Amino acid sequence: MTNYHYSKENYREPPIADADEDHISLSFPIEGGDFTHAGYGSSEIKRTLKKLAADPKIVRRIAIAAYEAEINVVAHAYKGRISAVISSDAIRVFIEDQGPGIPDIEQAMQPGFSTASPKVREMGFGAGLGLPNIRDNVDFLHIESEVSIGTILQFCILFRNE
Amino acid sequence: MRIKEIIEKLNLTVYFSPEEDAEITGGYACDLLSDVMGHADAGSIWVTIQTHQNIVAVAVLANLPAIVLSRGVKPQDLTIDKCRDESVYLLGTEETTFEMTGRLYDLGIRGTKR
Ligand SMILES: Nc1ncnc2c1ncn2[C@@H]1O[C@H](COP(=O)(O)OP(=O)(O)OP(=O)(O)O)[C@@H](O)[C@H]1O
Ligand SMILES: [Mg+2]
Repeated sequence: MTNYHYSKENYREPPIADADEDHISLSFPIEGGDFTHAGYGSSEIKRTLKKLAADPKIVRRIAIAAYEAEINVVAHAYKGRISAVISSDAIRVFIEDQGPGIPDIEQAMQPGFSTASPKVREMGFGAGLGLPNIRDNVDFLHIESEVSIGTILQFCILFRNE
Repeated sequence: MRIKEIIEKLNLTVYFSPEEDAEITGGYACDLLSDVMGHADAGSIWVTIQTHQNIVAVAVLANLPAIVLSRGVKPQDLTIDKCRDESVYLLGTEETTFEMTGRLYDLGIRGTKR
């Protein structure tokens, strides 16, 4: 098992929403190879945040990070799930998959590194920029992966204005 | 600049036009979707030769109100449907990406500043 951890300078883990606090949980399956429905979970998350009147700049960061992670499951893994918990101060997103796993996460994080198939590249993916994009948009990122088993990626974005 | 004005001045093909007009505040040209998500400013008009419906998802997530398909490439039917669902302008031109961005620049549209 390999893992990767990133958190923004002065990032402080927001408290997990307790049972009393209002929070919203969303969860959607992801099918490997299904580029027609790819991105459904991220769009629903974005829609929900818009309804909550969250700051559009922050919504954009969340939507991009979620979409990149979701597309990685579609492009590189077999099946997975995207789940989000929205509380008053932050959103936490979990994307887990059953798939080939990532043997060297540091290498995968390098801009330009990609193992995407020609079919995936034809659609405009496979630039090797997805994981770096996720890191640039989030306050906290943790990736765990096991070869031949799968990958868990989780990130957190705070709602405070910067 | 209003998108309707751009469509008219550059004589763009309209594959789908939502009812509401949109304000274009910048431009971006690239066929790598992750690059677009990473670097195009919100409000940009996006020039690309990608035609798959994922371009609409990218435009929506990154707040890009309009996509221009260059070099005469035609959108897939599902791409047009998705633009209808998501209220994204889907436009086209016979010109190459290079020519198209030049014309947008001439209209005063500027790219993302690095
Ligand atoms: N969920 C995953 N399962 C297996 N491998 C993955 C997964 N996510 C990423 N990878 C590996 O990490 C590499 C880099 O991922 P990244 O998202 O940065 O680029 P990409 O998906 O190849 O291209 P792009 O995101 O620009 O379309 C991938 O090519 C793949 O080898
Ligand atoms: Mg990717």
